[in-house]
Amino acid sequence: MAQTALDEQRKTASSEGGKSALLQLRQGIVRRRRWDLFFAAVGFVATMVGVVTLVVLFIDLILDGYEHVLRKEFYFNFPSRRPSEAGIYSSWVGTALVMLVTFVAAAPLGVAAAVYLEEYAPKNWLTELIEINVTNLAAVPSIVYGLLALGLFVYILNFGQSILTAGLTLALMILPVIIVATRESLRSIPVHIREAAFACGATRWQVVKDHLLPYASGGILTGVIIGMARAIGETAPVITIGALTFIAFLPPIPFQNGAGAFEWLFSPFTVLPIQMFNWLSRPQPAFHDLAAGVGIVIIVATLLMNGFAIWLRYRIRQKLTW
Amino acid sequence: MTNEADKQETPSGEMEAPLKAEVRRFNFYYGNAQALKEISMPVAERRVTALIGPSGCGKSTLLRSFNRMHDLYPGNRYEGEILLYPEGINLVAPDVDPIEIRMRVAMVFQKPNPFPKSVFDNVAYGLVVRGITNKTEVADRVEAALKGAALWEEVKDRLEELGTSLSGGQQQRLCIARALAADPEILLLDEPTSALDPIATAAIEDLITELRERVTILIVTHNMQQAARISDYTAFMYLGELIEFGATDELFVRPKKKQTEDYLTGRFG
Repeated sequence: MAQTALDEQRKTASSEGGKSALLQLRQGIVRRRRWDLFFAAVGFVATMVGVVTLVVLFIDLILDGYEHVLRKEFYFNFPSRRPSEAGIYSSWVGTALVMLVTFVAAAPLGVAAAVYLEEYAPKNWLTELIEINVTNLAAVPSIVYGLLALGLFVYILNFGQSILTAGLTLALMILPVIIVATRESLRSIPVHIREAAFACGATRWQVVKDHLLPYASGGILTGVIIGMARAIGETAPVITIGALTFIAFLPPIPFQNGAGAFEWLFSPFTVLPIQMFNWLSRPQPAFHDLAAGVGIVIIVATLLMNGFAIWLRYRIRQKLTW
Repeated sequence: MTNEADKQETPSGEMEAPLKAEVRRFNFYYGNAQALKEISMPVAERRVTALIGPSGCGKSTLLRSFNRMHDLYPGNRYEGEILLYPEGINLVAPDVDPIEIRMRVAMVFQKPNPFPKSVFDNVAYGLVVRGITNKTEVADRVEAALKGAALWEEVKDRLEELGTSLSGGQQQRLCIARALAADPEILLLDEPTSALDPIATAAIEDLITELRERVTILIVTHNMQQAARISDYTAFMYLGELIEFGATDELFVRPKKKQTEDYLTGRFG
């Protein structure tokens, strides 16, 4: 019975009236498909505007600077008035040391703050206020951090216009990035894993140290590295606190020539983006090529750091299944 | 026998086994919502006590009170007593350390939740938490626990593999081994087989029957047949109240309350 009713329906559908309805249906589809295509085209153009611009800029940079990047002396010469002798020795060492300070200061502070906020802090208006502030701090322009650091580290704490000041300034700047990434990472650990650990009689700290931190380590390290990758290219706050633009010496090496273990922290310094800025602002085209070389170094360093972060996260996530 | 009210208060009079724990006029609140109302029931030592009832009746809530799991979340409140014998301490009292309770009352969850660590480290965790670091002692107790959970033969060559790489049934037995490693007095099982296939379920049920010799077991189950198969005592709960408690044979064959009968015959739930 049901079968015949269905056949009946099909016959009606293929009758005269049904045919025109089908035609209308198809025309409607064609019309809607056109919009589909149209948007696909618009979207493609929109994507390409960004990608092509970046690629062109990068290629331009490479064409200008590749010769310098391939020269060994470029890395082991101090800056000079003569473009042919100028190098980035003092600035890459400066960048490396500033990054070291940034890492040492920002990673433990950020992770500790995130663990506290996520695991220990009672959920009330105060912690909520802190949360909102931390998230918004990530959006504060970097020069504001520079101004803050000038007042706090240089004038009040008397750290001078030093590697220490620069490292701490950039650490403050990337702290929110690390806190947010760590919290995200902690939050992605399922409740039942926490409960399993607590049910074994673990204290909160044991749960954090034995479980949460190891399982979140991929996300935490990613956050730290992405923060550092942002800090490595920062110019404004470092100029604000008074990094020098021309430096023809390295910070004192610990325990050599009578230097203490930490004297380098208080040494004047320059960093890669400042060196680049300095060379770009000179009239001679030869210096512009040098600047392009520095640009390549910074971009490659950033890419390497981000690539390392992605690889690390992949490695650690692979082991984690809940 | 003459005083019916007295008997309701302490049904332990009917039990042949000594008491391991006793719930007395216990209430529980999630914030302002009362989830458990005036629950009173005994838990016999080295027996299996099953908590049954439809979803949302509070059986898991009651179970999780036994190891103070509710302390992990703000706004939860216990009222009344859950006495833990032999000392008779009220394990939900605010001045009793939940960590001490969790070390004495172990728990296995509905979804197998091994840590993403090696099989060995999973089982050893309860010992690590206690600060037991002697390698031979840890190794011995891990082996004993895995044997106790009927998992040793399957994993003895895979102790360094991730616990999460085992099958679902093996994972759940791993979780039981983890709970057993530190020699708990009570083992709480929260629907331990609901995520497992029938064969793995049968293995866990056999295991529970074996463990009954060593440890007091409280099990929440959705599955009435399971309760009938493995438990000595059954508590039927409905809407946050304990409707009926009794020996499993009695309760399933001759339920005293209408609601119990309706649930057992499948008229609701």
